[in-house]
Amino acid sequence: MKRRHFIKTTSTAAAIGVSGIGLSSFTKPQHQKHITILHTNDVHSHIDPFPKNHSKYPNLGGASRRFNYINHVKNENPNTLILDAGDAFQGTPYFNFYGGELEYKIMSKLGYHASTIGNHEFDNGIDNIAAQLEHAQFDLLNANYDLRNTSLNGLTKPYQVFEVDGINIGIFGLGIELEGLVSKDLYKETKYLDPVEVAKDQVEILKQQEHCDLVICLSHLGYSYNSKKIDDLKLAKQTHGIDLIIGGHTHTFLDQPIPTKNAKGNNVIVNQVGWAGINVGRIDFYLDDLNNWENTGTSQEV
Amino acid sequence: MRIYLIALCFILFACQSKTYKVTEIDTKQVIIDSTYNKSNEIEAFVKPYRKKINNEMNKALAYSPKAMFKSEAKLNTSIGNLMADAVLELGNPILSQRENLKIDAVLLNYGGIRGGINKGEVTTRTAYNIMPFENEIVVAKLDSLRFKQLITYLVEAKRAHPIAGLNLTLQANGQLQLVEVNGKPLNQAFYYVATSDYLVKGGDHMSFFTKADTTYNLNYKLRSLLIDYFEQQDTLSSKVDSRFTQLNPKS
Repeated sequence: MKRRHFIKTTSTAAAIGVSGIGLSSFTKPQHQKHITILHTNDVHSHIDPFPKNHSKYPNLGGASRRFNYINHVKNENPNTLILDAGDAFQGTPYFNFYGGELEYKIMSKLGYHASTIGNHEFDNGIDNIAAQLEHAQFDLLNANYDLRNTSLNGLTKPYQVFEVDGINIGIFGLGIELEGLVSKDLYKETKYLDPVEVAKDQVEILKQQEHCDLVICLSHLGYSYNSKKIDDLKLAKQTHGIDLIIGGHTHTFLDQPIPTKNAKGNNVIVNQVGWAGINVGRIDFYLDDLNNWENTGTSQEV
Repeated sequence: MRIYLIALCFILFACQSKTYKVTEIDTKQVIIDSTYNKSNEIEAFVKPYRKKINNEMNKALAYSPKAMFKSEAKLNTSIGNLMADAVLELGNPILSQRENLKIDAVLLNYGGIRGGINKGEVTTRTAYNIMPFENEIVVAKLDSLRFKQLITYLVEAKRAHPIAGLNLTLQANGQLQLVEVNGKPLNQAFYYVATSDYLVKGGDHMSFFTKADTTYNLNYKLRSLLIDYFEQQDTLSSKVDSRFTQLNPKS
């Protein structure tokens, strides 16, 4: 299995991104690298917009419009990753009729790079997830479900590294505890592992072995609970090395992403954008080579 | 020599991986509304699926001579009786074939009736409106104590939870006057009660179901059962009846 995906930029992008400096007209000139993350969560089979007479979300959402927004952003910055935090399945007859085939095909057409396993992915059973992955041209990432004794064994990955304009972006997935939420006959022999311990291990691998410049967690744990139950805010505080936690499950609408301090007091962003594809989250990372190797090289002519 | 050094430096640094650090972050959230045009490519892709679903959803299954909504009456309603009777009628052959057992009674929940039936054509969409979830029929074997708790739950709730096989009469003061299961007083050690997998886990505070002796999942979705029942019925005839009533308060 490919541990590293090199993201090819489009033809217009190549002209912009090929040089070492990598400045596009949209990139802030003071920065060397610009990575854009677009993300959704809990789209729940909402392929079409809500009806115009809908009481809460009239005429909002829809995969077809989301595609145009994604393309608009990619034209601005070809160095864009499109991510999802799970529960693509269940919520409209599209899922009842086609079992997730359409959801995964459309996410592939929209250019998604990775998603994770939400609890509703299990609604037609774990074997159905395995069957529908045939339609997915993106990676399904989860690091805290032991799937060795299930039909998903070998079909998902704990993490994936994407190399975008010379920047290594490590992405791993975390799923919610299934017991009491999903019936056992649906998740079968899936074993839930402690998300915090798993996250620490994943960060270690991504930083030390894979030399990632950015680490992103796709979480379906939920944004925040009053109980001791693990959530994205607790995960952020109990770990370090993660730059961005893209959350789901609780259908949380946030006015803006929440900057949080991790275990070492460094910043980690926690975000979630409601549900049903009403919103897309956009995070722009600007990066610089602080050691400035290129300049050092030219100055060592002596 | 100098050129050589520069070349060497270049090679060294080419091998040395750079260390990029995040120096600035911008965030925003974008509402996907009609300011974004629809993509022809995606629309063309979805169209046949959408058409097929609409064709299927609009498929006529039965005719209803009247509207049936759960707000119709206090203790039992046409739509609730239809659902509970459908579970009894279509669930029994499955339990009988698989376990050689018989369903004594049915209990669903009032809150689980998510839509109604309009007068006229009953379609697949009607079944999806009434039951959009994937809940399946489960039969719970309740001992007499748990079954009495079930009866107490109904008496206290005084709500039109869909029931079948049961007959309940309340006194004017709300106390239980009469309870019968299939026309007989409570005298069995166990009762087989058909419900949904949601309720059998204690949903809607029906905690007596969580103490079931045994449960049998019929692997039959409530919505599929309704669709099958509609097709079988042709013309719907459910009505408010005497299965759960209260005596009139004396004036």
